[in-house]
Amino acid sequence: MTTHKTSEPFWWGLFSAGGVVAAFLVPIHLLLHGIAIPLGWLPADVTGYEHMRVLFGHPLIKIYLFVLIALPLYHWAHRFRFTLYDLGLKGLRTPIAILCYGGAVVGTLATVWILWLV
Amino acid sequence: MSTVTSDKSKLYYPKMPATWWLTRRAYFLFMLRELSSVFIAIFLVVFLIEIYQLSRGPAAYAAFVQRLASPGWIIFHVVALLFALYHSFTWFSLTSKVQVVRVGRRQVPPPLVTAANLAVWIVLSIVILLVFLFAQRPA
Amino acid sequence: MNEPTVTLKVTRYRPERDSAPSAQAYTIPYRQDWVVLDALNYIKDMIDGTLTYRWSCRMGVCGSCGMMVNGVPKLTCAAFLRDYYPAEITVAPLANFPVVRDLVIDITDFMQKLRSVKPWIIRETEKPVSEGEYLQTPEELEAYKQFSMCINCMLCYAACPVYGLEPTFLGPAAVALGYRYNLDSRDQGREVRQPILASHEGIWECTFVSECTVVCPKDVDPAAAIQRTKVNTTLDWFKSVLLPWGAR
Repeated sequence: MTTHKTSEPFWWGLFSAGGVVAAFLVPIHLLLHGIAIPLGWLPADVTGYEHMRVLFGHPLIKIYLFVLIALPLYHWAHRFRFTLYDLGLKGLRTPIAILCYGGAVVGTLATVWILWLV
Repeated sequence: MSTVTSDKSKLYYPKMPATWWLTRRAYFLFMLRELSSVFIAIFLVVFLIEIYQLSRGPAAYAAFVQRLASPGWIIFHVVALLFALYHSFTWFSLTSKVQVVRVGRRQVPPPLVTAANLAVWIVLSIVILLVFLFAQRPA
Repeated sequence: MNEPTVTLKVTRYRPERDSAPSAQAYTIPYRQDWVVLDALNYIKDMIDGTLTYRWSCRMGVCGSCGMMVNGVPKLTCAAFLRDYYPAEITVAPLANFPVVRDLVIDITDFMQKLRSVKPWIIRETEKPVSEGEYLQTPEELEAYKQFSMCINCMLCYAACPVYGLEPTFLGPAAVALGYRYNLDSRDQGREVRQPILASHEGIWECTFVSECTVVCPKDVDPAAAIQRTKVNTTLDWFKSVLLPWGAR
């Protein structure tokens, strides 16, 4: 099989994986962490610091959280890059690619670091 | 066959306006779908910051959750949730057209594949909710 | 005259005297069974013989009469006046292509792109005629049949905003036809087509707007062809990177 000079398949692969994760997992987490917990809809012993620290400290949960947060960043990066092209910014394609994929990589590293801290 | 030379010097080249995505409903919905990735990314960054505050201790975590309860952030998350749902529904619908699913020699009709994806999504969401509510729960 | 009438606003562009296209209104008799092409033919025969446009079979198989009807790419032989009447109908040249005259567009770009995907059976070794025909089962035919229905009408190019923004984009029909031959059991040319299909200007420009599929008069679904080619190319890419010693 020949590989072609472009790296697009790599970014598209990550975009797809991120899109799957976002589609299946993001809505419920949005509901939980963005709405239900701040508005106090859930029991305090579940949403309180002690339980959250123990739950998010669990290695398997950390791996899950890494997938949940990091992969959709690549979904955003690829999609946003092409959205900027669609808005007429194709001329800035190199800075845009660096901004988008670089942003996703920075986000990935930040995710690893923060999950390490918990 | 005789070759016909055409004068290309007087061709009129139409220009596509930067607002092309406002000219048709289908294009506008497409842009909304693409925009959903921005809201999802912002939510995940906010969530990541929340986890960071969790690592800093109970006071930092509680203060952050308090900030998320402000009207501005709640509105953001409601809007983000709507966008995330739009992403999910369009994603399941689109992937059913891309990934041909075969049972034996027959092809599963795309609407059925979409429905199966939706069912998996609902089940996964319930499982996640249950894990969150009951895993590691203090006695 | 008590006959019902309908007005068409038709784009005119006469390069010898116009610097830009403009709309000209024609009011014609309304017939319940007419299509926009019939209206154009009436205008040319009875009102204004200078109106210039392409058409041929008038039954949706030649792909010649594609134009923008009320801003939507359509085969004018398949757009019935009764679906618009009594409102005015605008008829414009197919979007995203240079205009030669009136409703006639320059299709050189599409023809060149179509050629570039080598839309014919490519064999590593040609089978001599003496060995007989290629045999193909009904299932093997089903695999590519949908994508073979393309009549090269270019409505998909007019509907595609990516092609409108980036004229180097290979475009829906060309990718769909390349894909059609890749799927054909008689064909062995996938690797020959990959450099064109899997290039930056090929499948990777596409952002899956899907309007190409919506406007296609033959249900080819070029959007699906492009996305499936993306999937295949990506899987091949990861396999070649992760398992470089793997046999084909």
